[in-house]
Amino acid sequence: MANVITSLEDALACIGDGTILVVPREVSGVPMAATRALIRRGVKRLHLVALPTSSLQADVLIGAGCIETLETSAVSLGEFGPAPRFSAAITSGTIRMKDATCPALHAALQAAEKGVPFMPLRGLIGSDILKYRNDWKVIDSPFGNDDPIVLLPAIRPDVALFHAQMADRFGNVWIGRQRELATMAHAAAKTVVTIERLHDGNLLDDPVLAAGALSGFYVEHIAIAERGAWPLPLPDHYAADAEHLALYAKLAATTEGFAEYLDRYVYEKCAA
Amino acid sequence: MDFRPEELLADVIARLIGDVRHVAVGNASPIPATAALLARERGKGRPYVSLLQSRKHNFWTDGARELFDCAGQGRIDVFFLSGGQIDGHGNINLVSIGDYAHPKMRFPGSFGSAYLYYVVPKVILFRTEHSRRTLVPKVDFVSAPGVNEPNVFRTGGPIALVTNRCLFAFENGRFRLASVHPGHMVDEVIEHTGFDFDRPAQVPETQPPTPETLRIMREIVAPQLAEVYPQFAQEVFGVTAESNQGAAL
Repeated sequence: MANVITSLEDALACIGDGTILVVPREVSGVPMAATRALIRRGVKRLHLVALPTSSLQADVLIGAGCIETLETSAVSLGEFGPAPRFSAAITSGTIRMKDATCPALHAALQAAEKGVPFMPLRGLIGSDILKYRNDWKVIDSPFGNDDPIVLLPAIRPDVALFHAQMADRFGNVWIGRQRELATMAHAAAKTVVTIERLHDGNLLDDPVLAAGALSGFYVEHIAIAERGAWPLPLPDHYAADAEHLALYAKLAATTEGFAEYLDRYVYEKCAA
Repeated sequence: MDFRPEELLADVIARLIGDVRHVAVGNASPIPATAALLARERGKGRPYVSLLQSRKHNFWTDGARELFDCAGQGRIDVFFLSGGQIDGHGNINLVSIGDYAHPKMRFPGSFGSAYLYYVVPKVILFRTEHSRRTLVPKVDFVSAPGVNEPNVFRTGGPIALVTNRCLFAFENGRFRLASVHPGHMVDEVIEHTGFDFDRPAQVPETQPPTPETLRIMREIVAPQLAEVYPQFAQEVFGVTAESNQGAAL
């Protein structure tokens, strides 16, 4: 079999302009080293699906001009305040926003995972989210009597991209309880993963590790990127870099400050 | 006053939680988290409390969707929501101010509200800024509606709105002023509320926390809270995390 372990740049080669890219929420292993590499390469017109929310990653990609369409339930820097580049892009109309609600994104990716065209979901009726989503439909449940229910078309991303603690040479990735990473990988045509370290042996040989693993069958490329989620946290591994996130929130408040941030931490490769 | 406003609000919310099986608390909600942990202490382990932001205080192992699947089956009894705007029909807006296509101001987004508001039996609305800016006649964007047509499947919805000034109950699609917090006045509530609401001739004052409640909050709840909300626990209760391990994860 081909070697799945490659350089970061080679691993990301399949993410081109216009790619539909799915990424996880802040606490599930956000591939920030890969995100900085994509910005350096100048990727354009991404359709970013953030499952189900995003923070720094979406904000930096928006600010750097890499995003055409954003599909998610919320973008926020949490305790560090609103996501400034996201807010600015929405109020100035420079990106296309597909507002969703968290379980709708989970369900739409599960539809792709199962190979079915749509998934029904409760809630949503009477919400303006539904009103502005022309791709979502309301039907009368065929199993009910006057029971309207929303149908969500499957989301089939071109590429799933995330950061995890470890993987082996066979492409198996340990994802622990972040099971939505498996859903992302199952739903996407290709999956690219960055990891902290290589695991000797085969993760699937140990039943305890295998239960928390994503099979290499679904994984296209893996690149080693130590502290690859920095400055965001890697679950059960390291915490967020609060000082850096506070600095980001301050700099990204203005376009000049954001450009300075990119110069210092993305283009100059100052990342830890 | 020998208690802090945060302690009063947490006590009010703990009473609204009542006797239930499972309370879940979303991100960035230190006061509702305090209330849920207080309810658990008073109930000697009941309700089960899930703090979404915590590693220690949540049991989910099947990824981020498990919370929503759990709620969809009716396994979550109480949840908390807020809004950049909340209107008199219980509609909440977490999206934007102005026209959706060309907003004047953008909020983070709706998160799970357009689902959880429908399927969690007791949703407690919580907004500390009680002003005509936040409590409006009509929200600019409905992230999730307070009520639906009778044929829409809905097992949940708002039961109350807690603010820094008062407690509103939500009944039959409208808010009713249930009590005004110590140090605040009915006229002041009317002046700062942008929507119409019902009120009895005599509006009671919100019951202050008892010395025993304050003791439980300060001695038992605060150290637990410090794992998830170290800054809040320090500021309100003067408590630092016993071990920073949880917060580091």
